[in-house]
Amino acid sequence: MNTVILRTVAPPITALMLVFSVFVLLRGHNEPGGGFIGGLIAASALAIYGIAHGVAAVRLAIRFHPMAIAGFGLLLATLSGFVSIFAGVPFMTGLWIYPSLFGVEVPLATVISFDIGVYFVVVGAIAGIALTLEGREED
Amino acid sequence: MADQTALTLLCLFLPVLAALLAPMAIGRFGAAGSWLLALAPAFSFVHFLTLLPQIADGAAITGGYAWVPSLNLSFSWFLDGLSLTFALLITGIGTLIVLYSGGYMKGHPQQGRFLCFILLFMGAMLGLVVSDSFLMLFVYWELTSITSFLLIGFDHEREAARRAALQALVVTGLGGLSLLAGLIFLWNMTGVTQLSLLVNVDDMLRESPFYLTALLLLLGGAFTKSAQFPFHFWLPNAMEAPTPVSAYLHSATMVKAGVYLLMRLNPVMGETPAWEILLPFFGGVTLIAGTVLAIRQTDLKLMLAYTTMASLGLLVMLTGFGAPHAVEAAALYLVAHSLFKGALFMVAGLIDHECGSRDVAQLGGLRKAMPITFGAALAAALSMGGLPLFFGFLAKEEIYYALAHGDLRSILFLVVAVGGNALMFAVAFAVALKPFLGPKVETPKHAHEGPFLMWFGPALLAALGLFAGIFSAVAHRFVSTPMASAVAGQPTVVDISTVPHIGMPLLLSIVTIVLGLLVYLQIDRARALAVRLLEAIGSGPDRGFDHAVAGLVRLSVAVTRIVQPGRLEIYLTVSFILLALTLLVPPIVYGELPDMPSWPSDVLFHEWAFVILALLGLFAVLRASDRLTAIVSLGIQGFAVAVIFLLFGAADLSFTQFMVETLSVVILALVMTRLRLSPTDHRPLGQLLFDAAIAIACGIGFTLFLLKATQGPFNDYLTQFFNTYSKVVAHGANVVNVIIVDFRGTDTLGEISVVLITGLAVLALIRVKAKPRADAVPAAVEEGAKS
Amino acid sequence: METVFSVLIGFFFAAAVYLMLSKHSVRILLGIAIFGNGVNLLLFTAGRLTREVPPIIPAGMDTLPATAANPLPQALILTAIVISFSFFAFLLVLTYRGYQELGTDNTDEMRFAEPKDEPLPPLGY
Repeated sequence: MNTVILRTVAPPITALMLVFSVFVLLRGHNEPGGGFIGGLIAASALAIYGIAHGVAAVRLAIRFHPMAIAGFGLLLATLSGFVSIFAGVPFMTGLWIYPSLFGVEVPLATVISFDIGVYFVVVGAIAGIALTLEGREED
Repeated sequence: MADQTALTLLCLFLPVLAALLAPMAIGRFGAAGSWLLALAPAFSFVHFLTLLPQIADGAAITGGYAWVPSLNLSFSWFLDGLSLTFALLITGIGTLIVLYSGGYMKGHPQQGRFLCFILLFMGAMLGLVVSDSFLMLFVYWELTSITSFLLIGFDHEREAARRAALQALVVTGLGGLSLLAGLIFLWNMTGVTQLSLLVNVDDMLRESPFYLTALLLLLGGAFTKSAQFPFHFWLPNAMEAPTPVSAYLHSATMVKAGVYLLMRLNPVMGETPAWEILLPFFGGVTLIAGTVLAIRQTDLKLMLAYTTMASLGLLVMLTGFGAPHAVEAAALYLVAHSLFKGALFMVAGLIDHECGSRDVAQLGGLRKAMPITFGAALAAALSMGGLPLFFGFLAKEEIYYALAHGDLRSILFLVVAVGGNALMFAVAFAVALKPFLGPKVETPKHAHEGPFLMWFGPALLAALGLFAGIFSAVAHRFVSTPMASAVAGQPTVVDISTVPHIGMPLLLSIVTIVLGLLVYLQIDRARALAVRLLEAIGSGPDRGFDHAVAGLVRLSVAVTRIVQPGRLEIYLTVSFILLALTLLVPPIVYGELPDMPSWPSDVLFHEWAFVILALLGLFAVLRASDRLTAIVSLGIQGFAVAVIFLLFGAADLSFTQFMVETLSVVILALVMTRLRLSPTDHRPLGQLLFDAAIAIACGIGFTLFLLKATQGPFNDYLTQFFNTYSKVVAHGANVVNVIIVDFRGTDTLGEISVVLITGLAVLALIRVKAKPRADAVPAAVEEGAKS
Repeated sequence: METVFSVLIGFFFAAAVYLMLSKHSVRILLGIAIFGNGVNLLLFTAGRLTREVPPIIPAGMDTLPATAANPLPQALILTAIVISFSFFAFLLVLTYRGYQELGTDNTDEMRFAEPKDEPLPPLGY
């Protein structure tokens, strides 16, 4: 599958898919989307890049080990659950704040950081599996 | 008062703390470390000694700390005459045993571990006798079984020790379960979870229809622990343990736990026909069996072990006898027995240690070489034989007071008691005199007096037996009377003194002594008689244990081979047959089949198209003869499902399913291209039909199940909940996403953890290369390659 | 509609069970994948089917319109899909590694943990 066409097209497609995955992730609370879908899209993007340019290139590009990304996601999700301790409400209770950035009200919530955690876990774990399997082809 | 409570708690845990320090102390100071370790039990002993005046005045000390208040569980203790006497015996003899072990195990590479086990056991035993709450009693009971297992199996390199340890654990462990069941019965019958409160509800207990069940279960615990016939066989085998263990666990303390339990329950469960039949009967049989078996032995320790069994039988018999003076006799005899038997065991160990043999036939004339040992042995044997001036004499007089009544039952048990005591007398002197008197016999080691550490304990215990006999008023005031009162459940006074009174008991004592002397003088003939008698009876429960263990292993193997034949196909077939039955049988039996549905007219054309596409995909997977077709067909049904989700308003699901199916096809293709797989699965026609029948049954089952479910009314309670609060409370318009990340966030946290872990597992599976293995695997691989 | 889907799901389960009864690990794997889809469809149908309107609260409203789909089964299925995929990947790799180590994909020949004619365990102490 190491064709010229795929190798040429893969980087922009991967970039587009990654951007799209973040878009899907962030709009998930009010429109179709969310961490699971976003994570799967991003993992597919990395898998495509890996098929075109080899696993080494992907590992270089994402800087961190996929499992480290997944671990970070799980940590983020767990911490999001613990934030509620400071408000004196049960574990995992969603908390919202509305800071104003440049005059625009930006809603931030522990559920959003939780969803981002889900995103990273899915990206990390699924991309990790896919890259491991792709990587075996070379040896 | 609070100080006393805290101090008692400390004393209960001191042995355990010392146990933790034991390996260090021995490692640092060698055998001298035992002096240091003995401080712990000695301190506890002194503390319990200071409580003695209060208890002697009839008070009972309770204390403790709440543990799980909501379940009415507490760590609470209860000290009355009975508990305190036991606590004093445990800590007092325990101190001597720790010192004795210092000498006995000197230079042994594992001495630290040994003392650690001994002290752990001490902590467990101490907890057992002071426990008030049922659960605490049970936990400590089991702890004594476990520490006993460790101590018996201390020489784990010998098979006999391993066997004896396992046997003791199995027998007493089963007894422990029986005890637990009995305690639960008690709790259910009375609603009480503390031993000290049982006295208030004893009538309720005795009149309960479950009284007999509970009694039998509790006796199961007590009889196994106290080696009553027919559970006696583990006790002599436990003599595989080093001698300090035999002296401590298997004569003075642990084996008395069962007797302790019976004594504790006597005021609340006693005085019923079942109690007064079962206890004396089994006790009496144990007494006779123990003495006959003891006569047969020539090994000092085994002789003592069987007399211990006999003494325990005597104690059980007295506890359940129900006549006046019986419990007083039991209390006296228990204390006397702990003193003289502990001393005799230590003497046996000392002889073994110094002479290299403990076979009576190979020993003789040691009185010159070991004068102090001889003195201790003689004093202990006189007490055991029940000669005047010694504490054992008081106990025996009291026994005969209790039994000499003239009715048939009393006469029967009197004969048993006299016979048993006479034989024990003979054995006592065989142990204490035979090695020391007569001409000097050459022993494997050159005999000389043992070290101070080793003769100090037996000498002190033997001397105590004498002092308690002479100053009986003091002993009765502080020990016998409070203990007997606790066992009897009402105030009672023990006033027997060592001055002989002319009467029936004295006459019986004389008969016992004369009989005992006769047997002692003819001990070889008696031994031959006992051997012949036992041969006539045949094999005992000891052999049965071996058969039971071997049988258990064989049974397990047989059951495992049936339940786990090692073929995945069989496991799956059985699982799916059961699944099909679960789905089909209940609706048919209970007439809950769904109504016959009408032809669905509301399905649109394009919906039909995707349903049919999904079916085609399924069919293609089933028929696929090469892997590419299989992968593509699998993708077809997956994408069809994704479209179906989209058509019915599940956009999120649809996208997810699309992504997942894409990734599935990609990784399947990546992996499958590297496998040389058989293209189709050849199933013989019969197998094919059978599998198909199971599959179709499962399919029909699920269809009927779902039809029935959807024909019923729809409960939208949860849906309405999420619908109502999604926007208002959780500020999200996409209800599905709000459920995932907010309402059910903790679930999702668990689910992403699973995803992460499977990722790690995949990595590990790929990365970890099998090590070069032994011959087992290549054979399997070759076998696979051939077929 | 539910009737059609009940029957369709019956086919999913039948196909999955038939594949799982095979001796070949890859077919078992295909069966498991189909089984997962069957279970998801079962949950979906049990929550009742409504056409096309996703459970998203329109701007300006506080609750879903009456025609919207039931969100609850969707939330359950969404995570189930991802988890069953990761398990599928795991089982796939397990099959692959099993094939590499044991040289077979026939489950009858995978007797490493439970060899045939295993001798009795020791009967002593």
